Amino acid sequence: MNYSWNWGVLLQPTGIGDSTYLNWIMTGIGWLAVIAIVAWSIAMLLGSLLGIMRTLPSPTARAIGTTYVTIFRNIPLLIQLFIWFYVVPDFLPDSIHNWWINDLGANTTALISASIGLGLFTAARVCEQVRTGIEAIPPGQVNAGYAMGFSTAQLYRYVILPQSFRMILPPLSSELTNCVKNTSVASLVGVAEIISQMKTISEYTQNTIEIYTYVTLIFILINVCLIGLMNFLEKRFQVPGLIAGAK
Amino acid sequence: MEWFTAFFQDLQLSAPALWHGFSITLKVLCFATVGGVLIGTLLALMRLSSIRVLNWIAKGYVNLFRSIPLLLVLMWFYFAVPFIYTGVTGNYLTMDTALVSSIVAFMLFEAAYFSEIVRAGIQSIPKGQTDAASALGMNYSQSMRLIVLPQAFRKMTPLLLQQTIILFQDSTMVYAIGLLDFFRTNYVRGDLMSLLTQYILFAGLVYFTVSMIATYIVKKLQQRLTV
Repeated sequence: MNYSWNWGVLLQPTGIGDSTYLNWIMTGIGWLAVIAIVAWSIAMLLGSLLGIMRTLPSPTARAIGTTYVTIFRNIPLLIQLFIWFYVVPDFLPDSIHNWWINDLGANTTALISASIGLGLFTAARVCEQVRTGIEAIPPGQVNAGYAMGFSTAQLYRYVILPQSFRMILPPLSSELTNCVKNTSVASLVGVAEIISQMKTISEYTQNTIEIYTYVTLIFILINVCLIGLMNFLEKRFQVPGLIAGAK
Repeated sequence: MEWFTAFFQDLQLSAPALWHGFSITLKVLCFATVGGVLIGTLLALMRLSSIRVLNWIAKGYVNLFRSIPLLLVLMWFYFAVPFIYTGVTGNYLTMDTALVSSIVAFMLFEAAYFSEIVRAGIQSIPKGQTDAASALGMNYSQSMRLIVLPQAFRKMTPLLLQQTIILFQDSTMVYAIGLLDFFRTNYVRGDLMSLLTQYILFAGLVYFTVSMIATYIVKKLQQRLTV
């Protein structure tokens, strides 16, 4: 057991430029935030769209939604990211392929692939939550809406969606934290986010325990902040009169 | 066409390695599920016990493991398992470090998720059952062992199996610590033979098929088990 402890490791200079290891960690957090924000935006847009499609009267729309969810939920995230990073660029037209390989840096292509991959993966999960939310609306409201002469689009816009999105806030918030945690998988396709920064620093300094601890604490902090934010939103937007709102 | 034939020719050569990779995946899956459910049950009992400290420990454990990514947990254990092993026994770890540490990591990580399922299962058993058990003179461990847990597990089986399917997909993450499971074997072979595209798609297809069939079976089972 000859481990030399050094909890101040983050403040040490890296020897490259005048940056400290803390700067590297901050860069890692930055890329984590970029992937998480892009992926979550894709997931919310596409997931809501697919979730609505799965509840529409049209069988084609339902089939598209169901197929999407089946495919994206049954392939492991890691393999999906590898497909977006290694496989898909090969099938692009030559001009785009050249631009992708030659003009964009390795970190950029990895970043784009990872964001899109994670976004599409999370979309399947968001879709299921949205569908559950819509199906939880009592059928009486839908019938009442039609009786008032609403079109299907109006029904979703004014009756169903405003309620269901507020009801699914709690499961959505756990999907959001999952999405943030899953950004770590992007390190395996070469994005310089926090986990890969952590690996590099631990190789450079050999202070593995300290670095791993700091990164673990950062993730706990991010999680606590997200949960706090979502709790605030849940309180703010809860549907009055529901049992969950009565607490 | 050549794209396919080259791959299928190579697949015949690599089949034994892929099969071995698949057996590693199954090994991780089995140990992690059994260990995870055991530790998870223990955590759930702690969480529901009337002793404050146990309560607090279980809650902290679950919250900790649920707020950090699986990848980080794997890397922690890949580093810590040999370190602790050497510290405790004084010898160097002679077993496959990557395999042992990924099994330990998955066991402890999944325990947090399993414990939430078990807790919900135990709480779904009507209070009257435990009251009846104590009226019959059973103590806590008897009523848990003979009355509550058997019923709870019957209710939870589909959920636990669903979590196992998620675990099957997540087990690909051992890629990060270099364990040659099914996916990594595919990746390494594809990289070596310049058939990366084909091998990644093939691996995706296999995971997809297995997960889909397993999901279907769980759904059927769920219909049979509902009372």
